[in-house]
Amino acid sequence: MNIVVCIKQVPDTTDVKIDPKTGTLVREGVPSIINPDDTHAIEEGLRLKEKFGGRVVVLSMGPPQAMDALMVCKAMGVDLCYLISDRAFAGADTLATSYTLAKAVQATGPWDVVICGRQAIDGDTAQIGPQVAEALGVPQVTYCTEISVEGRKVIAKRALEDGYELIRTELPALFTVIKDINKPRYPSVMGIISVCRSCDIQTWTAKDIAASPKMIGLNGSPTQVSRTFAPEPKGVGQVLKGEPEAVVKELVKKLRDKNVVRVR
Amino acid sequence: MDFTLTKEQQMLQQMVRDFTQKEIEPIASALDKEGRFPEEIIRKLGEIGVMGMTVPKEYGGAGADTVSYTIAIEEIARACASTAVVVSVNNSLACFPLLAFGTEEQKQRFLVPLAKGEKLGAFGLTEPSAGSDAAMQQTTAIKKGEEYFINGVKHFITNASRADIYIIFAMEDKTKGTRGISAFIIEKGDPGFSFGTIEDKLGIRPSITGELIFENCHVPADRILGENGKGFKIAMMTLDAGRIGVASQALGIAQASLDRSVKFAKEREQFGKPIAILGMIQEAIATMATDVEAARMLVRYAAWCKDVKQSYTAPAAMAKLFASETAMRVSTKAIQIHGGYGYMKDYPVERYFRDAKVTEIYEGTSEIQRLVIALNAIR
Repeated sequence: MNIVVCIKQVPDTTDVKIDPKTGTLVREGVPSIINPDDTHAIEEGLRLKEKFGGRVVVLSMGPPQAMDALMVCKAMGVDLCYLISDRAFAGADTLATSYTLAKAVQATGPWDVVICGRQAIDGDTAQIGPQVAEALGVPQVTYCTEISVEGRKVIAKRALEDGYELIRTELPALFTVIKDINKPRYPSVMGIISVCRSCDIQTWTAKDIAASPKMIGLNGSPTQVSRTFAPEPKGVGQVLKGEPEAVVKELVKKLRDKNVVRVR
Repeated sequence: MDFTLTKEQQMLQQMVRDFTQKEIEPIASALDKEGRFPEEIIRKLGEIGVMGMTVPKEYGGAGADTVSYTIAIEEIARACASTAVVVSVNNSLACFPLLAFGTEEQKQRFLVPLAKGEKLGAFGLTEPSAGSDAAMQQTTAIKKGEEYFINGVKHFITNASRADIYIIFAMEDKTKGTRGISAFIIEKGDPGFSFGTIEDKLGIRPSITGELIFENCHVPADRILGENGKGFKIAMMTLDAGRIGVASQALGIAQASLDRSVKFAKEREQFGKPIAILGMIQEAIATMATDVEAARMLVRYAAWCKDVKQSYTAPAAMAKLFASETAMRVSTKAIQIHGGYGYMKDYPVERYFRDAKVTEIYEGTSEIQRLVIALNAIR
């Protein structure tokens, strides 16, 4: 089975602070990590390989420093890693990024499964997985807590806010996973030493993956970021006083007006 | 001189730190309270190659350098000094002598499973009458035919009844003094080998410390480690290497004590402000931070000496001496900075203090370290 996992290197946002002047993230000195949901994707890929044989390839679109994240993947035991990096990718929104990743997936050769983490902790859009699936023209199941494969048939369990769904699909397909799916292994000492002493992770440019210049980077991004800011503090809040029945009615009205709850 | 860690060392540090924070930190206090051996943690550490870190790959190890080993032990000890000593004994006191002195057959049979974390090692030198005076071995080994018969008692042995493979020292010929001592490889289950008291300790409580009893314990002649009469030398050389491990453990305890002190000082308010602004607290933290950094330099230097095959007896003794005394000073001060809270078991600093004390004692007391350092300077 040929398994491809897409990962992103992100700043460890538990450590991150907002610059009070610009309202943007202070990235300097913040350690970079593999996006947490993606570590579960890598683990799921490795487990599928252990069960069915084949290989696990990890791709990451990012600047040169994302190589560190791929080295960790190699130390975890994946077979191949590629850094998808090119100046032309800069400024990409999720659409351009997912186009680029889809081209990279195709460049790895015949594949059966693509696994992504549900969402990245810096962007938090959860759009990449679904958009890559569309670009590849394959079925997708998102928020998976279980992926059961038998031959070419898959039953995936999806976690929703109010319950679970079991989705039946066929390979090739793309899955996004959440942390409940597994416990990722740690890179072994042997793995770390091996990857550091003979690092063979290649970098692929836009040309290597036959990406169209119009579809990548800023050129390929319909989204324009005009401003990033931290929201204003909400203030003291309002205390509703009176008889419980009346107060509840008033509260529900306020929640409806703010679209927090909807009338069925 | 480049003080930066290599990429390999940085990645190892990050991995062990992640592992420690997720797997060890959450249960360290409970392990101490219950005096429970960290079974699951040791198994997982074995799976990722930490139990035989510096053993070459052909013998089941990971082939890491000694500096990486000190980094790993320090990171583990920051959360749990007991787990750190189990790892340290396996690596330094069991794997090392087998690697340095074992025959090829002994390496395949005993070193490989130890390095892979499939079996656990122990080092049996100390006896009721032979602590610092390690040459005063009362345990005897007599060769009869193709077997050795071992009689005696070892005590205060880390991993005791939990271990599988033991490096044991015994006197073959008393007339030869230290040159009459030989080293042997004993396995759990060997006839005549049993276990005695398990000690109730002040600190490192999850670690199992106990007695080994040899009553006509007989093993085949091929269980001798190294040459006859070379046992004392093997013990001393093994302890030289082991000191680097203990120094790293002590360093981890000291770092954890410092980290907790800084955190507490920033959060605790008295007289309307965090105590971190008070001069006496700042002075204490400055001294603690400097001592921890100095200890780290000595530990790394000793490890580097071993890696470049330079003599490391004195550097290892200095690292162990300074790091252990630093751990004791820093953890004591950490309790003081925490005030009343430091005295309560709700906070980990009292555990660091209890754990730190043994680092001044085992694998050579501070007095012995001073002796080693002085003799090295004088000779």
